[in-house]
Amino acid sequence: MRRHRFGLQLACVAITLFFGVPLYLIALAAFSSRESLDRFPLPLLPTDLSAETITTFLGSTGVVGGYLNSLMVGLSTVVLALVIGVPAGYALARHAFRGRDPYQLFLLLTRALPIVVLSVPLARIFLQTGLYDTTYAVTLLHTALALPTTVLITSAVFVGVPREHEEAAQVFGASPARAFARVVLPQALPGIAAVAMFTFVLSWNEVLGATILTLNQRTLPAHVLTTLSDSPLAYRFAGGLALILPAIVFVAVMRRYLLNMWGTTLR
Amino acid sequence: MKITISDLVKTYPGQARRATDDVSLEIADGEFLVLVGPSGCGKTTLLRMVAGLETPDSGTIHIGDRDVTGVAARHRGISMVFQSYAIFPHMKVRDNIGFGLAMRKVDPAEIRRRVDQAAELLQLTEVLDRHPAQLSGGQRQRVAVARAVVVDSGVLLMDEPLSNLDALLRLQFRAELKKIVREIGTTTLYVTHDQAEAMSLGDRVAVMRDGRIAQLGPPLEVYDAPSDQFVGGFLGSPPMNFVPGPALGHASDVLIGVRAEKVAVGTERADDARPATVEVVEPTGASMLLTVLIDGHRLKVSAPPTFTATPEQQIWLRFDPTSLRFYDPETGLALLR
Ligand SMILES: Nc1ncnc2c1ncn2[C@@H]1O[C@H](COP(=O)(O)OP(=O)(O)O)[C@@H](O)[C@H]1O
Ligand SMILES: [Mg+2]
Repeated sequence: MRRHRFGLQLACVAITLFFGVPLYLIALAAFSSRESLDRFPLPLLPTDLSAETITTFLGSTGVVGGYLNSLMVGLSTVVLALVIGVPAGYALARHAFRGRDPYQLFLLLTRALPIVVLSVPLARIFLQTGLYDTTYAVTLLHTALALPTTVLITSAVFVGVPREHEEAAQVFGASPARAFARVVLPQALPGIAAVAMFTFVLSWNEVLGATILTLNQRTLPAHVLTTLSDSPLAYRFAGGLALILPAIVFVAVMRRYLLNMWGTTLR
Repeated sequence: MKITISDLVKTYPGQARRATDDVSLEIADGEFLVLVGPSGCGKTTLLRMVAGLETPDSGTIHIGDRDVTGVAARHRGISMVFQSYAIFPHMKVRDNIGFGLAMRKVDPAEIRRRVDQAAELLQLTEVLDRHPAQLSGGQRQRVAVARAVVVDSGVLLMDEPLSNLDALLRLQFRAELKKIVREIGTTTLYVTHDQAEAMSLGDRVAVMRDGRIAQLGPPLEVYDAPSDQFVGGFLGSPPMNFVPGPALGHASDVLIGVRAEKVAVGTERADDARPATVEVVEPTGASMLLTVLIDGHRLKVSAPPTFTATPEQQIWLRFDPTSLRFYDPETGLALLR
């Protein structure tokens, strides 16, 4: 038993290090001066901190705008994907309708198309409709990309909520909508939070489509990808950190919804 | 509130057999009626149609004088205890119990008062502020019952509410449930596959088989005079014995049904007794259960606990003519004598 626990803890530490060390190194590099990055051996402790690199990065054109665009697109994508995906997932979970299985397969199929194949015709359509080079265009693309997983995961989440709970709510006087809001949704919330996280990160990290669909209204990754390839090494670290941080913050915020909130305490 | 069920037919989509087959049933105001039958005979389906959770193909349901056949569950004025309890894990016990009242927009102070009262009745006062995850199985069961009785509806429906409890707890709570339901006096439709539960709880018992009601009556009447071989074999532990007429000196075109405890067992030869050979002896504590062979037919009889017998021993059985029931060997239906 004790050995088992020890092994488990060891595994936890290893996994944490695997993800944590690169994060640390990127953060360290982003907050080091440009000279100290070229030093050999590279100092691994934050002895020579400077905000110079990061401030220059943030001050360079397009970065703050890209940041805001990315946030905008990410949050809008989450909202839009949930507004469409949650009811669809619920319908898939609760109602047996003709063509349900082909529909589920079809949903996955859209993900099989490479983003480039999707984006180029989309760019054409957006150019015609005047949506080209707006955050809306990117939001729409990201929502389309996220929906299959949103729908399928939420449907799995709703399947996990017993139908009898809904029936009990209705027997005791709740309308179907009320039963959903008071009994089903609270139980599905952890799963939906996970989907939201997944969607946000997907949108935040998506580069290709965002690059094709915009020129000036770049999201941060699209901006970084197109401008930083010919920037000095230090800026790339700063850009890397800027890319990682919001996703981590978002995950940290949503994390509390992930855990079972009833009867178990948050540690 | 009186419940009148008329000619209910229900076939689930893609199913060849009818789940309920033209069932008619009247439950008087304040009556405790138990639907009992083997698994899959349509009890739950019937109950769910009364609840409004399943739509019948044909037939009608009246609650009181109102036709509720097409009425949504929430407008039927019923409450229900589900087999899986279906208590809400994200709400505290207090909110679970008060759910029905909150949905009916009852004043919060009044909800509090009635929830406290129901909790007291079901010994849940201590756990009112816990979440269901922190309760034992028996306590969850009590929460489900409290939630159902607190709304004070005209009709109480229960689907195997005791089946998830262990044997000892089940026996305890059975008596408690009977007392509670008697106190609140609600018309109750109760589903179980456990014949002992049906006998002990019901004012009347409806024995179901293959979507139909095989017999309906007070428990002792159904136990004593089963209307067919199936009912006799389903109710009672041990079930009713069935032997061909000639084995007990009757005509060959009858099947005789007799309860184990209605047979007098003796070791002395007597003129009005029939010889039998003991096969198995099972002491149950309250009695001595004997499996005997009479004329090649196996019978279970119960003797007083002090009775001593060994396998292979010959004993003498006396059958009181008034305790014998006669059935058609072909159809299994009771014969009028
Ligand atoms: N949702 C359903 N879909 C299809 N068949 C069902 C469904 N529910 C029950 N049945 C069938 O209907 C019959 C009666 O079931 P049920 O009313 O649950 O029986 P009981 O409660 O007496 O065990 C069974 O043959 C069962 O297989
Ligand atoms: Mg059932």
